[in-house]
Amino acid sequence: MTSENTPVSELGLPELTTWLRRCTELVDENAPYLTDLDAAIGDADHGANMQRGFDAVAGILDAEYEDVQALMKKVGMTLVSSVGGASGPLYGTFFLRFATSAKGADALDLHALFAALQAGVHGIEERGKSMIGQKTMLDAWVPALDAYQRAGETLQGAVLAGAAGAQEGRDASGPMEATKGRASYLGERSVGHIDPGAASTALLWEALADVVRPGGPTPDGEAGADGETRADGETRADGEAAS
Amino acid sequence: MTGIVVVSHSRPLAEAAIDLAQQMVRDGGPRIEIAAGVQDPETDQLGLGTDAAAISAAIEKADDGQGVVVLMDLGSAILSARTALEFTEPDIVERTRLSWAPLVEGLVGAVVTAASGADPAEVAAQAEVASEAKHQQLAD
Repeated sequence: MTSENTPVSELGLPELTTWLRRCTELVDENAPYLTDLDAAIGDADHGANMQRGFDAVAGILDAEYEDVQALMKKVGMTLVSSVGGASGPLYGTFFLRFATSAKGADALDLHALFAALQAGVHGIEERGKSMIGQKTMLDAWVPALDAYQRAGETLQGAVLAGAAGAQEGRDASGPMEATKGRASYLGERSVGHIDPGAASTALLWEALADVVRPGGPTPDGEAGADGETRADGETRADGEAAS
Repeated sequence: MTGIVVVSHSRPLAEAAIDLAQQMVRDGGPRIEIAAGVQDPETDQLGLGTDAAAISAAIEKADDGQGVVVLMDLGSAILSARTALEFTEPDIVERTRLSWAPLVEGLVGAVVTAASGADPAEVAAQAEVASEAKHQQLAD
């Protein structure tokens, strides 16, 4: 897949499969964190729901897929059927629209990946009738896309910038007041808590960054680093809650 | 007859709402399909949640050619129902209405109206009127 010396310039089936496996790992590791965030402003099921969804995705990755569209469509259908909560149709729609955008492609380069990600994000906006600033997963998706587009010279640079944008967006969701989803029942009381959907979106981007990072994902070595990332996230979340 | 689909996070909730509504029509009611809960692969039990693929299958099963009205509880039930229309046969989507009526009141109104042979638009409209009736009863 990736090697030390040749930066990834496009994502084919092997790289996308690696991304999805990495998503599963990060969601598994961070499920308690996602649930804690959701306990503060929602129904405390986001971690378990995402875990169930991405465990189901892991189960379909060993099959053979004709092209990118076929794989991503299967991922979307799997998520809409297994997550259970609102993130099911939202992430499911993301991958279904991503699939449609990738129609006919064997691999996605810098521009094709942007088009697919953007189609997915538009799908989330349309499905949730939502936009940036409402304390939802879009608060991570939209800054990530913007950062990707701004950085956009190499696939690697763009994805790494996108992942950083997603993290910033996730953190910026803390001070927002929720006007969509379950958290909107809390109104002002939702202020000071990071949005769980924005946090899971940042994990998906982190997983994508791991795929393009020089040397590719390191299956063993990074476990510790991820633990630290999560701990940081929790500290930040607690700090926001206390302020 | 216009078919009905009940979308809920909880299968027992859907079943109980249907029991209540069917008292109004006994044997002569419309076809009612349930899409409720998600399967937990570890326990193999049906947990709380909604599944867009299951909703799509339920819509196709409830349709006898006249169309379908979908009633749902809250949150992801709405998002999943709208997502389900993306992978339901387009002909059937054409004659399917998602109703904003509250589940229990709406279902009673929908079942009674469907039993009279009304089309999906009329069934959905009467489901929505049913919640207004409650408003009127408490307004006095």
